[in-house]
This record gives sequence, structure tokens and C-alpha cells, in this order.
Amino acid sequence: MTDITTAIAQPPVRRRKIRWNRVFDHVILILGSMFMLLPVVLTLLTSTWDNVTIHTGGIQYSIGEDAFRNYQKALFEKSGFSQVVDGMKMMTNSLILGLGFAIGKIVISMMAAYAIVYFRFRFATFAFWIVFTTLLLPLEVRILPSYEVVQSLGLLNTYTGLIVPLIASATGTFYFRQFFKSVPEETLEAARIDGAGPIHFFFDILVPVSQTMIAAIFIIMFVYGWNQYLWPTLMTTDENMFTLVRGIKQIMQVWIGANIPDYGVAMALAIIAMTPPVLIVILFQNWFVKGLVESEK
Amino acid sequence: MAQVTISSVNKIYPNGFHAVKDADFHIKDGEFIVLVGPSGCGKSTLLRMFAGLEDISTGEIAIDDRVVNDVDPAQRDIAMVFQNYALYPHMTVYKNMAYGLKRAKKSKEDIEIAVQKVAKMLDLTPLLDRKPSQLSGGQRQRVAMGRAIVRSPKLFLFDEPLSNLDAKLRSQMRIEVRRLQRDLGVTSVYVTHDQVEAMTMADRIVVLNAGKIEQIGTPAQIYQSPASVFVATFMGAPPMNMLEGGFKDGTLTLSGGGVIPHHSHGANGPVSIGIRPEKVTLQAEETPGALPFTYEFTEDLGAVKLVHGLLGGERFIVHTHEEAIIGDDAKFLSIDGGSVHVFDVNTGQRID
Ligand SMILES: Nc1ncnc2c1ncn2[C@@H]1O[C@H](COP(=O)(O)OP(=O)(O)OP(=O)(O)O)[C@@H](O)[C@H]1O
Ligand SMILES: [Mg+2]
Repeated sequence: MTDITTAIAQPPVRRRKIRWNRVFDHVILILGSMFMLLPVVLTLLTSTWDNVTIHTGGIQYSIGEDAFRNYQKALFEKSGFSQVVDGMKMMTNSLILGLGFAIGKIVISMMAAYAIVYFRFRFATFAFWIVFTTLLLPLEVRILPSYEVVQSLGLLNTYTGLIVPLIASATGTFYFRQFFKSVPEETLEAARIDGAGPIHFFFDILVPVSQTMIAAIFIIMFVYGWNQYLWPTLMTTDENMFTLVRGIKQIMQVWIGANIPDYGVAMALAIIAMTPPVLIVILFQNWFVKGLVESEK
Repeated sequence: MAQVTISSVNKIYPNGFHAVKDADFHIKDGEFIVLVGPSGCGKSTLLRMFAGLEDISTGEIAIDDRVVNDVDPAQRDIAMVFQNYALYPHMTVYKNMAYGLKRAKKSKEDIEIAVQKVAKMLDLTPLLDRKPSQLSGGQRQRVAMGRAIVRSPKLFLFDEPLSNLDAKLRSQMRIEVRRLQRDLGVTSVYVTHDQVEAMTMADRIVVLNAGKIEQIGTPAQIYQSPASVFVATFMGAPPMNMLEGGFKDGTLTLSGGGVIPHHSHGANGPVSIGIRPEKVTLQAEETPGALPFTYEFTEDLGAVKLVHGLLGGERFIVHTHEEAIIGDDAKFLSIDGGSVHVFDVNTGQRID
């Protein structure tokens, strides 16, 4: 009898026991999240204060009253030396750069990987390794020659000049190559028997099958493109072409009266600059997970 | 529906490996041919040459008098079912089946009619909107079949289509595939390494060994008069017992002693003697012509028993239903008349 009662009583007891390793895991996670989030939260809070308060008091830890003014000004007031560009314009530029960068990279690297994996041309492996070694030559290393080329083509201050030099992607090519190699050979053979040529196989089968991969690379590349700083700074002198990331710095250099930079607006602009990448990640994450669950190669 | 002629076909892979050697045979209209052989013997290679997925090194394959060596897979009027089904993972069952027709530029209405008809035939109608990942293995298999049937090809090619299914489903599908093929009357080539599939499904079996065709024949021919030691031991479970022996003054004698009853009288010299496990009877008493048998152990499979022992000092398996005479009682073994196979010791070829 006693045996039975203890046996029955045991499970709840066990459940009430604190699992220390889980608590530990959560403490680590919470600390990590706070560490990552704190600067963002402080920026958000500070962006709601007026410039004088920020100038004298530094970072603010509470919500101020100037939120509307700061964000309104950040988004819609023309600023800069030439007074032609507002936050919306910079946001558009950033979007064009981010999308062009991500889409361009995906298109180029998918096509390159398709050629390398599916067409048995001579030196295919060699070509791949050539592409791969360009990883050793990031933009920062080749920035002067790149500038020279773009400048001599007359592409300074154009979207083309902003995007094209950045889209060749060894990483993307590599990921797509690995992915294509994991698509079973029989899928290609079935498609060949079904009468799909190289173009149809690519668009009807390979692209849809790769959608999770595309989503993943899109997220990474969009954020990466959105956050580009060095190249746009070098490339764009026309304020109409400024991206958000580049614009923030510009605002700090424009004084309002009494040598106080427009801190509130700069903070607001920083928050605005962070929002689209965050949205993209949240949006595509859903898609990404769904794709992973539903389709299998 | 079509007939297929394979004339001296060879396949040499770029790395120099000679995978198919001088394949030469003819497939009749509506025939169901099974290619069988051990792993790596070139079954898939041969099948893939029919499909156009693999180049033909030398020789010719003709479908209905049209030499297809240089014809694109899509233009050969064939359909293939793969071992892993190779369904398009992102397309619904309907789209999987419709894709080939779509590429062939059929009208939407024609595609709809064709797909619905085949779906009905295979009980796939309720599944048409599902993706392959939402189907069971057996259902995927049927979709793969449906994708092949819907194109109404001249020739079906199957590469071990049932080997990913469990045993029960496999025997069901075996019958279903055969019934469908008979109803549709489409010439078919079917690759398997499962001899039960080969025996039960084939009109004719092609036995391959290391790239060479060992024998072509109906299941009965293959079973009753195997052309070589390889065929004799490959087809049949448990395999045929092979014993050493020879003709001595017109009688067939085991090396270990004992005369084997045989209808013909070969020239003196050593031969390999093949006796199927199910063509012998165990007995406790000596009778004229019976050979002494040493009992070792029994594998009991329920309906049948496999009795292992020694005959003339060599391993010998007996396939029996009888309860009575097993165990140490089984002292003698008599061979059913006319079921002894004699092969050349060196070439392994059948003598008679
Ligand atoms: N691309 C290739 N290059 C070189 N050799 C190959 C190639 N493909 C297959 N082979 C070889 O050709 C032989 C026949 O291969 P095949 O795939 O036809 O065998 P199989 O009879 O279908 O075997 P299994 O029952 O295992 O499927 C094998 O020995 C294999 O190693
Ligand atoms: Mg094979």
C-alpha cells in the first residue's frame, strides 16, 4: 500500500523541484538580452527629450515630452547643408540600397552556383575556388580601385554605383552551391524526363525548392546592405543620395543655436534606422520557419 | 506501347569502368522485363541508358525502330519511377503529375482531364492538393506511379520503386504495379535486386552479373534451367546447393562419394552439380538411390523448415514441409528425378 501511494504522490513532487540548470540557462539568456537591448532602450528613451536636456544631462532614463517633435523632424524636415533631404528620402535610399544589395546578391550568387553545380564545364571547380578566394578581398581592401572604376564610369551619386560594386558574393555563392548539391540528383533527372530544360528547371524547381535558403540569405544580406556605411560615405556626395546610416552622422554636424547638435533628432533617426531591419527579420523569420517545417528536399 | 531493341550496348564510364558489357536483347510490345542482379552489376546504368540519363558508349537502343541514342530524355516518350520517387517537394500532388504535361505544352483542360483520370485510377483524388511531405511512403510511391502514367508513355522504366516500402506494402504494390501495367499494356523495364519481385512480376527476367547478361528467360526457365552457376545460386531462396563431382564412366558421382541420378551421361571429368533445396526428400530409412545425409540443425520458418546438414562432406540445405523426418532421424536423402543441374567447373556454364 505505502509503495503505491508514494508512487502516485511522486510525480507532482518531482515537478515542483526547481531545475537549476534551466534557471541558470534563463539567467544567462536574460542577461544576454538585457546587454543587447539596453543601448537600444536608452536611445529610444533619450530620443524623446529636447536637445538642451540631452546636452546638459546626457543619456536619459525616462520618457520625455519631445517625442513627437523629434520624430516628426527626423522624418519630414529637410535638413543638411542643402536643405533638400529629409528622413523619408534617406529611408527610401536605404531601402533601395538594402533591397538592391540583397536581391542583387541572391540573383548573382544563385546563378553562379547554378552554373557551377549543374553544368559540367571545364575548370568549374577552379572557377568556384576563384570566386571563393574573393572572400579574402572584402570591400575595404579593394575600396580605392572600386571607387576609381565607379568614378570613371560616371556612376558616383547613382544607385547603380551604390549597389553594383557590392553585390558579387562569394558567401552567397558558397551557400547556394552547398544547397544545390544537397538537392537529390533524381530531382534533376525527373525534371529532364518531364521535359524541363535548364531555364525551366531553374525557375520551376530549383528556385522554389531553395526558398528557405533565399529567405535566410535575404535577411542576412538586407541587414548587411542596410548597415553599409563606408561605401555610401565614399560614394555619395549629393545629399539626395544619403542613406539613413550615413545621415545620422550628418545631423550631428548641424548645429542648432548655441552649438548644440540636434541630439533628439539624431537619436530618433537612429531608432528609425534600426526599425526596418528588425521588421524584416521578424517578418521573414515566420516565413523561414514555415518553409523549414513544410517543405523537404 | 512499343518494342525496344538493344543492340550490343556497352557503357564505359569516364573513369574507365566498364559497367555494361555487350547487352543485346529485344523487348516485345507490352512485355514486362525485370532486370535483376547483385548490387553494382549495372542494372541502373542499363535502365538509365534507356531513359537517356546516361550516354550509350557503343551500340544502339531503338524504341519502335527509332534509334534513340541521341534523343533527349523528354523526347523518348518514356516515363521513369525512381527509388526515392523524386517528387518535386514544393508542388502539390496535382502539380507533380501535371508538370510533364505542362512542359509538353498540353492545354489546361487536357491536363485536368488526364490528371483526374489517373488520380482516380490510383485512388489519389483526395490527395491532389497535398504536398509530398504530407504523404505516407506508399502514397508517395503511388504519386510517382501516377506521374509516370499520366504522360501515357511508350515505355515505363522503374528503378527499384518498391525498395523503400515495408514488406507488407511492398507485396501489395507489387501486385498493383503489375495489374496497372497489364491494364495499360505499356512495355516496361523494371530494375530490382529482390528475386521475389523478379519471379512474380516478370514476363521475362534478365539476370545481370558484373555488367554481363547471364541469362534471359521467363521466370520458369530461369528457375528450371539456370544457364550458369551464377544464375542458379542467385535466383532462389535458399540458394541452390552446389556440390563438387564428376562423370565417371557415364554416371554422375559426388567427390565425397555417392551416385547422383541423372538423365544424361557426360564425358568423363569434373563438373559442378546443382540441386535445389526443395527438390530433395529426407528420410530415415535407406532406399535404392538414397544418399547418406548428416544432420546438423534446423531453421524453423513456421510453414517451412530449412534443414542444414552435410552431403558427401559438403554443406547442403533442404527445404521441407514435413514435421516427421528432421533431426537426427534424417539419415538419408533422395533426389527427385530430373532436378539435377550440371555445370562446367571452369566456366560455370550449364552443361545440361
Ligand atoms: N558515374 C559513374 N562513374 C563511374 N562508375 C560508375 C558511375 N556510376 C556507376 N558506376 C559503377 O557502375 C557499376 C554499376 O552501377 P549501377 O548503379 O548500374 O549498379 P546497380 O546494378 O544499379 O546497383 P544497385 O543495385 O546497388 O543499385 C557500379 O560498380 C558503379 O560503381
Ligand atoms: Mg541501382
